[in-house]
Amino acid sequence: MLDFAVPINAGLTIPRSNPRTGEGNMGSWDVGVRIPRPLGNGPSRFIPEKEILLVSKLDERTQSIFEDAFAVLGRLDNISLVIGFHPQYLESFLRTQHYLLQMDGPLSLHYRHYIGIMAAARHQCTYLVNLHVNDFLQVGGDPKWLNGLEEAPQKLQALGELNKILAHRPWLLTKEHIKSLLKTEEHSWSLAELIHAVMLLTHYHSLASFTFGCGITPDIHTDGGHTFRPPSLSGYCVCDIANGNGSLEEMMGNQQVSESSGEVEVLMERMKQLQECRDEEEASQEEMATRFEREKTESMQVVTSEDEECVPSRDVSRHFEDPSYGYKDFSRRGEHVPTLRVQDYSWEDHGFSLVNRLYPDFGQLLDEKFQIAFHLTYNTMATHQDVDTSMLRRAIWNYIHCMFGIRYDDYDYGEINQLLDRSFKVYIKTVVCSPEKITKRMYESFWRQFQHSEKVHVNLLLMEARMQAELLYALRAITRYMT
Amino acid sequence: MEKMTKVSTINGRTMFCHLDAPANAISVCRDATQVVVAGRNIFKIYGLEEDGFVERLNLRVGRKPSLNFSCADVMWHQMEENLLATAATNGAVVTWNLARPCRNKQEQLFTEHKRTVNKVCFHPTEVHMLLSGSQDGFMKCFDLRKKESVSTFSGQSESVRDVQFSMKDYFTFAASFENGNVQLWDIRRPDRYERMFTAHTGPVFCCDWHPEDRGWLATGGRDKMVKVWDMSTNRVKEIYCVQTIASVARVKWRPERRYHLATCSMMVDHNIYVWDVRRPFIPFATFEEHKDVTTGIVWRHQHDPYYLLSGSKDSTLYQHMFKDASRPVDRANPEGLCFGLFGDLAFAAKESLMTAPSSVGEVGRKTYPGGDRRYPIFFFKKPDVTEQFAQVSSALSVFESEAGSAVGMDWFIKTAQSYLLSGKPFGELCEHNAQVAKRLNRPQESTTWTMLRIMFSEPANPSMSANHNLNKSGNLPLVNSFGMKEMSAALNERNKENRQDNIHNLDSNHNNNDDNEETEGSEGQAEYLFGDAELDDDDLYSMEHENPAAEETEYLLPQEAFPIRHEIMDHPSAPEPLQEKPESPHVSGSEAESMCLTPMESFSLISVSQLLFSPHLPPKFFCPIVKEMLCYYAEQGDVQTAVSVLIVLGERIRKEIDELTQEHWYMSYIDLLQRFELWNVSNEVIKLSTCGAITCLNQASTTLHINCSNCKRPMSNKGWICDRCHQCASVCAVCHHVVKGLFVWCQGCSHGGHLEHVKDWLKQSDHCPAGCGHLCEYT
Repeated sequence: MLDFAVPINAGLTIPRSNPRTGEGNMGSWDVGVRIPRPLGNGPSRFIPEKEILLVSKLDERTQSIFEDAFAVLGRLDNISLVIGFHPQYLESFLRTQHYLLQMDGPLSLHYRHYIGIMAAARHQCTYLVNLHVNDFLQVGGDPKWLNGLEEAPQKLQALGELNKILAHRPWLLTKEHIKSLLKTEEHSWSLAELIHAVMLLTHYHSLASFTFGCGITPDIHTDGGHTFRPPSLSGYCVCDIANGNGSLEEMMGNQQVSESSGEVEVLMERMKQLQECRDEEEASQEEMATRFEREKTESMQVVTSEDEECVPSRDVSRHFEDPSYGYKDFSRRGEHVPTLRVQDYSWEDHGFSLVNRLYPDFGQLLDEKFQIAFHLTYNTMATHQDVDTSMLRRAIWNYIHCMFGIRYDDYDYGEINQLLDRSFKVYIKTVVCSPEKITKRMYESFWRQFQHSEKVHVNLLLMEARMQAELLYALRAITRYMT
Repeated sequence: MEKMTKVSTINGRTMFCHLDAPANAISVCRDATQVVVAGRNIFKIYGLEEDGFVERLNLRVGRKPSLNFSCADVMWHQMEENLLATAATNGAVVTWNLARPCRNKQEQLFTEHKRTVNKVCFHPTEVHMLLSGSQDGFMKCFDLRKKESVSTFSGQSESVRDVQFSMKDYFTFAASFENGNVQLWDIRRPDRYERMFTAHTGPVFCCDWHPEDRGWLATGGRDKMVKVWDMSTNRVKEIYCVQTIASVARVKWRPERRYHLATCSMMVDHNIYVWDVRRPFIPFATFEEHKDVTTGIVWRHQHDPYYLLSGSKDSTLYQHMFKDASRPVDRANPEGLCFGLFGDLAFAAKESLMTAPSSVGEVGRKTYPGGDRRYPIFFFKKPDVTEQFAQVSSALSVFESEAGSAVGMDWFIKTAQSYLLSGKPFGELCEHNAQVAKRLNRPQESTTWTMLRIMFSEPANPSMSANHNLNKSGNLPLVNSFGMKEMSAALNERNKENRQDNIHNLDSNHNNNDDNEETEGSEGQAEYLFGDAELDDDDLYSMEHENPAAEETEYLLPQEAFPIRHEIMDHPSAPEPLQEKPESPHVSGSEAESMCLTPMESFSLISVSQLLFSPHLPPKFFCPIVKEMLCYYAEQGDVQTAVSVLIVLGERIRKEIDELTQEHWYMSYIDLLQRFELWNVSNEVIKLSTCGAITCLNQASTTLHINCSNCKRPMSNKGWICDRCHQCASVCAVCHHVVKGLFVWCQGCSHGGHLEHVKDWLKQSDHCPAGCGHLCEYT
């Protein structure tokens, strides 16, 4: 099955070919072999396929990045296709991921993929798990490990705890956790290996956020990504129609626009106001402190109640223990964890040096990726040109860090309240903290007038901010262990 | 003169005090009697007494201190002793006046920066001028008599990390940035910087003007470097560079010492280093007191080089005395050792060491104590008075390897080139390789190949080949199966080791021998064992005079397979380590043995006797022995033999040796081959290896970058048309089609084309096919 799927996948996503016609040819091929067909239409459930393809065709840079990526990996996954909206970032993303998975590093290849599986499984991200199960087997990993963490070597089992904490409550990470992993015994980790593992874990936790946040559909060659049923009308699933791949597209689209026009203008107006009045009205220090607290507690009340469980085709829960452990709000009464002040432990000053010391060159790559993600802008908002979005981007970034208890002394958290409305906050919180609960409704209900590429941009910000937050806690624990 | 008297009043010792919280920065007042410590949760002034720090003042007042007290930096005015400035993490710049009568000493608050202020700096001579640099990319100059900034400087970049007024030029200041740039500004011209240069890759965390040299600026960055720049010339020039082991957080020139500067790191490394910039490889002095990263360093007095104050994240404040510093130079061994490509060895050491009688006389090499006259490499540095480094004069010796000696690697190259690893039947490969080894005067390897051939040849005519090889005389020993013979031959190695021990532990091992004799069931077995044990090295007998009786009885036993065994025993270097270990008699007799735990280890002599007599042993039977042998070779450093055998044996042995060991051997061998530039052999080895990790070496960096032949620019990876000049690149001069494969071109006129076409063309004509008139030649 897999053997058929791979070449066909190649035909499907070779950057220049048209997937639709490609598929049509395959389908009419009647030689008695069963040809898999993709189940979902397009790389994302949320974004119409047309738009994604359009981007990859029009933009020359995206095109060439896709070609390179395809040449290296022999495939082009849906994540890359969706990130293709932002070629500048995509380039850095792929380079980092390539370094993390393929290049020189302290961990062996099958370990890397297995850790990727562990991390993605924490968020029940079937897409990433399947992707890496295939890779894991391809580099000669032991299939037995896939039965569950208990079957994996003890060394990897020991990583389970770190994985759990890092994914859901990274602020609880202490140097004792690091110590227990590094203490000298048979199944212990070396510092360099641990850094590598932490990089993989955080990368895949945040990538899981992105995957759910953009509703990435399974690749054709993975489980649940294809069917052998012949194409017919009944083959269309509801979501295809709903996400505009079907014919109902126009009808639904029009309705939404009329509903929420003016949203963008309001937001822009607020940004302008903030810019102006910032100099006039100076909030007192107490006021600033309470604003941070308020934002923190409010983020707590943003409840993500919509429970729409989709059943994963592969039992993902095998890959981790203690499935009940999930995100708990940072500022809950009872347990008091001190906030992390960025001025005391920042990526630029501290994290980078540690990473570059223990995992050479990777700090540089990661630094670039953070920089690009944070500074990426086209100076547009929806249909408006020449807008300085830095304030909005910073609000999103800091809001995510705020949820993880990371505080910027020099930021007025009142801005967040002004710029991010409730439905957007719900979306952010869900994507970052419990991405598996994202629904199409949530994706659509925020920023209705914005383009899909801008929503993907938001997701990139969410992904990177989350990764950095996790990293800061992990690296701080390691630094404390080392001193 | 005034200077001098002031300095002399300072005295003290290395001392420290605990702070309540981690410090972010420290600063000292002009007369060097007080120091201010600032951090997120601390803002205090300590007096420097002769025997300790005394807390003078806590500036952090109020029940719930605001973020204005959370300091990233602090500076004490060098002219006005009551004036301090702090940079707050929330973006505020605060000035403090100690002369204020109330508890709250805060004087002015500037909240013009939008982001964290990283640095504040007072003008060295002007009382009211304060400069700040912030994360938001702006620098602001404040006149303390006014309520707001007088000028704003935009660095056009994210994040100013440090600002420093020049000590000598009244109007100049330097600013360092997160993107690696350093800018020089004139305080009167806020519109544009005077000059800018890229100092580091990654953020420049700090900079410091030289107190005396007008144009010198030291910068430290995340890239772990300290650089000294000369600004006095037209082009900014890097004059010194010191590579440290961690990102550099602070740098401070040492007073009164022109070439010294102190640094501390932001991460991982907790020490403070004082460097002589002319000696960038080893710190002049280090202070190792802190238990967490040092965040602030300052020389106590601007004209006293002996006192250094430092604050740290470990919540301590230290005064370091220079005389208590540790001097890494004293502990360093000024010795160097290097191997040349052809086995020469160069060795440099202190002269005092070299004149000592050389106890380690190495045989077969020339030593040139006191420097080899034929290699007159002497560097005499002019002793510099200002340079306080210990002067060491070293002698360089070169040990040459003699041609053909063990050290020379000629044999390695020849062997690598002439060994056949594939392409022929197994037997022929072995035979060929055995011949090669023999030609190169390596009997042991040669025999190894022969043995391997015998052991693993097809069982069709085993005894034939075996007999042929074993005893040229054709006279067969007692046993009639070759398996038996091989077995015992292989056993030799082990027995020999036992015997080596015997020599030294005659008592214990003699008993051992007796035991063996008693427990042995069959006579034939006894013969073999003892035969092997004694027969090979004649000189051993002379040493065993103590029990002649025991030896004699065995000596009489017939030993047919003698000659070949003797050859096997010929391990030139193995015995030495054994003899050094007389205490471990039996089990851990040899290093090689103990390192590779193979079934051989557990072979009791008796069990061997029972196993041996099956007439046809499957090749598999030898695997443990061969494995042990390979391990032995690898241990001896002859990874070449190990890998060659591994490849030639292929499937026969591969499963016996764990993948990692194999990979390790392959890697070592390939590395060696590449060092000797034996690319072809190395490639062959990679190709023939069965390890996944090795074969994939050939799949790395397979990209070939080409330039367009028309416009000489790099080609993109799309097709054969250059996207700049829109012409077909690399066209064949003969057929005018694009060449998509082997391309041959003339080095004279750079025309060329398909290999075949050019070949054909040049058979008919001497001139270039492109018609350029060049006389091309195909060789």
